[in-house]
Amino acid sequence: MDKLDIVKSKATVIFKDNIDTDILIPKNYLKSTKRTGFADALFAPWRYDETGKPIESFPLNQTANQGNQILIAGENFGCGSSREHAAWALQDFGFKVVIAGSYSPIFYMNYLNNLKLPLILGRAEREALIEQNSEITVNLLDKTVTAGNLCFSFEIENVYREKLLKGQDGIEEILEYINLIEEHEKKYAK
Amino acid sequence: MQKTLFDKIWDKHVIVTKDDKDLLYIDLHLIHEVTSPQAFEGLRLKNRKLRRPDRTFATMDHNTPTIAAHRDVISDPLSAEQLKSLADNCAEFGVTLFDMESEYNGIVHMIGPELGLSLPGKTIVCGDSHTATHGALGALAFGIGTSEVEDVFATQCMWQTKPKTMGVKITGKPADNVFAKDIILKLIAENGVSFGTGYAIEYYGDTIENMPVEERLSLCNMSIEGGAKFGIIKPDQKTLDYIEGRLYTPQGEEFEIFKESISDLYTDDESLFDKIIILDVTDLKPQVSYGTNPAMTVDIDSKFPEIKSPEDQTAYEYMGLKPGMKAADIPIEFVFIGSCTNGRITDLRIAAEVMRNKTIADNITCVVVPGSMQVLQQAEQEGLVDIFEEAGCEMRMPGCSYCLAMNEDRIAPETHCASTSNRNFEGRQGERSRTHLMSPYLAAKTAIEGRISLG
Repeated sequence: MDKLDIVKSKATVIFKDNIDTDILIPKNYLKSTKRTGFADALFAPWRYDETGKPIESFPLNQTANQGNQILIAGENFGCGSSREHAAWALQDFGFKVVIAGSYSPIFYMNYLNNLKLPLILGRAEREALIEQNSEITVNLLDKTVTAGNLCFSFEIENVYREKLLKGQDGIEEILEYINLIEEHEKKYAK
Repeated sequence: MQKTLFDKIWDKHVIVTKDDKDLLYIDLHLIHEVTSPQAFEGLRLKNRKLRRPDRTFATMDHNTPTIAAHRDVISDPLSAEQLKSLADNCAEFGVTLFDMESEYNGIVHMIGPELGLSLPGKTIVCGDSHTATHGALGALAFGIGTSEVEDVFATQCMWQTKPKTMGVKITGKPADNVFAKDIILKLIAENGVSFGTGYAIEYYGDTIENMPVEERLSLCNMSIEGGAKFGIIKPDQKTLDYIEGRLYTPQGEEFEIFKESISDLYTDDESLFDKIIILDVTDLKPQVSYGTNPAMTVDIDSKFPEIKSPEDQTAYEYMGLKPGMKAADIPIEFVFIGSCTNGRITDLRIAAEVMRNKTIADNITCVVVPGSMQVLQQAEQEGLVDIFEEAGCEMRMPGCSYCLAMNEDRIAPETHCASTSNRNFEGRQGERSRTHLMSPYLAAKTAIEGRISLG
């Protein structure tokens, strides 16, 4: 998988709280047995009308937003179901970074595990970025978000930052400790 | 050193610590057809083995039809493919599968506890957000994504950052018409849908001590609706009585040894919690959700609140309701009794008791979906199925069903459903469906009265 260090892009804005994974990708798209092919399903309930036609005013459908790699949202992003399909759909659509006030813990890990960045910024900072409406640079190396004359720093757990920067395969990283796992199993889990 | 219940179990399972994350050993991995296929595919692509098939158990639940005649040949080709893929994967990797033919089939969060797979002190994961359910037995149980399912397949371990702990103290004797479902809905209504984010919640207090185990399972089940990945309750005599003699529970002398091994599973002092919330349920009333997230919930006799945000506005428009209305004003047409929250035998007993010798109202369709084959069998033996059918309800086969509407069970657009499930999100029970979360008791009353009412 590709590692992630610097992402430069304009942002698509869906500035709502509690965007749940049923909205990010409804259940009728969960029947696939693949990890890809979910781009058209992202935000389907808000993106298409009853006949399946794209709703022009919805941010994902606006011409100016095409190709954006950053999504700005509200609080508690990705709440609800654990479906990793939500992370895959964001990834397939092209979003490498979500900037929200907070995340549901399961979504947070799912997005990271696909080597994408769930970035946390306060409301005022996100509002300033939205108002600025220019290209945003997310720099994971120095943990900053810049846009025009705006510059904010953000926090992320060191291990997850490293994971994104290195593009680490999770299983390889665990297998480094296989001896310790075997020891544990001998003692507690025969 | 003094520790919380959560920390005691966590610390026993840490293989290694790297910066701010721990490598946790997983004792039990439960899987279902929706969130596992990509993880199995990942193993194949890298030519990896499934490390502990003996600690991995599978069921079919999300896609399975609940109409008996539809279970032999599944009409939706994608659902059929997903179920077949699970069967093939389990055969290839040597995993025990409780398929639709099995007497142990059921919703994943039903079968863990009822088969004695979910036990106190264990670490339990599942690719499903309602995995905290199993925490009610004193286990450390949490929902994971598919990448993590693959990690556990390959290594029986996964990285986790240890959460903070929150004590939620429930106190007081609730009224006879108030249940665990009302308590968790009230907690979320008062504290919001993300009050538990970043925390593992331990529920304790006199109400919890007096609460039957199956009610505790309902309570922990909805921890994620308050933002918490983990919900846990100290194992006690009730827990031991509940797990004893089940299919996979250690038997005889081994059970005695097991009991001894979990005797230290309690929080040494409540001051160890990073945060404490207290809820007195003495005067708690039955709860009903009116909006599009579980925090949009009120007492049965309270008016729906004023609009304070654009989200409130959107929710009222979606639900076709207005501030100032009450639960009794909602034009309910459908009642769903079931799900991993409230599809247990105790839930069905409560609902059946309400419906005994009564008939559901003319405007209502009521469907009862047991959480598992075991529950269905028990309900048949106890005569509950007869009570439901004589009242005019439709009794179905087990599955997730109308809770997430991934199979053919869907609520029609704009139809208001009184539901014992866990989420009232937009479109959750079917496109443009309108969900009202409540207890099985109130759902049964609603079916009889034809509107949300205690009668």
